Amino acid sequence: MRISRFVHPAVVLLLSAVVIGIPLWLALVTSAKSQGEANLPDLSLPRVWHLWENYSQAFTQGRVLWGLFGSLLVMVPSVAGVLIFGSLASWVLARRAGRAMAVLYAAAISGIVLPPAVVTIVLLLRQLHLASTPIGMMLVYMGMYMSLVIFFVTGFVRTIPVEVEEAARMDGARPLGIFIKVVLPLLRPVIATATIFICLYIWNDVFYAFFVLGGGTYSTLPLNLYSVASSNLYQNNWNLVFAYVVLMSLPLVVVFVVAQRRIISGITGGAVK
Amino acid sequence: MISSLPTGRPPRRAVLYPSWFLAPAFAVLAVFFFLPTVFNFVYAFTDWSAFHNDIRPVGLANVEAVLSNGALLSSLRITIVYAGLVAIMQTGFGLGLALLLERDTRINRFARVVFFIPVLMSALAVGYTFQALLKPDGPVNGFLGALAGQDVTIPWLGSTTWTVVTVAFVNSWKWMGLAMVIFLAGLKTISADVLEAARIDGAGRWRTFRSVRFPLIAPAVTFNVATALLGSFNGFDTILATTGGGPAQQTEVLDIYIFRVYGNGLFAQATTMSLALLLLVTLLAFPVIGYLRKRERVL
Repeated sequence: MRISRFVHPAVVLLLSAVVIGIPLWLALVTSAKSQGEANLPDLSLPRVWHLWENYSQAFTQGRVLWGLFGSLLVMVPSVAGVLIFGSLASWVLARRAGRAMAVLYAAAISGIVLPPAVVTIVLLLRQLHLASTPIGMMLVYMGMYMSLVIFFVTGFVRTIPVEVEEAARMDGARPLGIFIKVVLPLLRPVIATATIFICLYIWNDVFYAFFVLGGGTYSTLPLNLYSVASSNLYQNNWNLVFAYVVLMSLPLVVVFVVAQRRIISGITGGAVK
Repeated sequence: MISSLPTGRPPRRAVLYPSWFLAPAFAVLAVFFFLPTVFNFVYAFTDWSAFHNDIRPVGLANVEAVLSNGALLSSLRITIVYAGLVAIMQTGFGLGLALLLERDTRINRFARVVFFIPVLMSALAVGYTFQALLKPDGPVNGFLGALAGQDVTIPWLGSTTWTVVTVAFVNSWKWMGLAMVIFLAGLKTISADVLEAARIDGAGRWRTFRSVRFPLIAPAVTFNVATALLGSFNGFDTILATTGGGPAQQTEVLDIYIFRVYGNGLFAQATTMSLALLLLVTLLAFPVIGYLRKRERVL
């Protein structure tokens, strides 16, 4: 027991350093090397530091600001929309009984399992004149994640006693008023869980963004990373690829380290009942 | 509950919870999720492509095409192998980490944060990092070479047999932090009384884990296996960034195939594969999730 007191922390630190530390270290040091030195990425420190050159080049060549704008433009309304519409529907699905509601609920959550029909989504968006537009992208994301929101929120609403709604009802509040003033504030934990997951998925999504936004004016951070890395095939610009990787990952990592307790409890709060 | 309202006439649920609240969510779902899914069953049997404007039905020609060039069966096989490997590794690594970092010490709390960082990174970024690490003359082989005392040149990403395992490992590396967090939450829900009872009955650490704690975290196992399976049936980013589907298309899962063929303008063939993915998930995922849930109830 006495030995394991020192062995355990040592094993934990060593494992963290090797399993996570080394890959992240490789990305960091390579992002500060010259193109020639980064040709074969390794774990050594840069002989000549090219930190500023690489990052400013990744910033312009990878159109970081435009990608950041595109990512936010698509993510924020999608997440807000899917949470508002999804919670509204979940409240009704959770409170009303009957066969029709059971069928609707089953249909609504089937999207958690079923893969989105990514190719025909493009066809549909063309017919609706929404192809390559941020609005089309938002609607596709909302369609994809509506099931997840309805699944999480309906389960949560069922744990809230109906009595809390009744006081407001006796004061003459109408259904929408009750939903906004009474129910929505109580949904905060589950909405936090859904927000974290959906933001993570949309922020890092590249597959669906390819099909919907690819070839258009708008872009996102992952799409730009892919185009920087694709030019790596013939230019060997690992230094720029990793500068971009660091630039793109840093915001989420900083947010996480600052708010880690709330994020972790947010994830587990809604996921495991 | 409703009849306890003192208004005399019990209000109907349809009035208290109006049906139109369902409308926006179901409209989005119907148009942007279910309609494209229905389209899958139509356009998989047409000649829709980038090379002409009209779209005509062609019967089973696309199915025959992807069957005869072997793409359908090979992509299906690789997708199933990849998803199975990810589900096993991701859940296994996550459980191992959760058990290792279970006690609430400072170092463990720090390590949990560290292991969660890859979850936040884009899978593309993770893939590029491992592509660099796993080059034949890259750092991993260099390290193994130093240990072995001779040159090691394992083609981690260049083997037609084993690369699918490497890629599944990279994807599991990215997501194991999430599995860990879910398992930690599951382990926390086990009451101290139960563990105390097991200890009094003379159960050792392994026995306690095997017979008490592992069965009690069944919901966490379900969640992790199900999300890993579903996520990797749709696996794309990690593979794109590490191998792009190679070598010799031996890591070309369905989504990579769809992406490549769509890029070549063969939209109907891509749709056929998308339909195949839909059917694969329907046939495999529902029974697996059903089995896991039943296991939760039995235990």
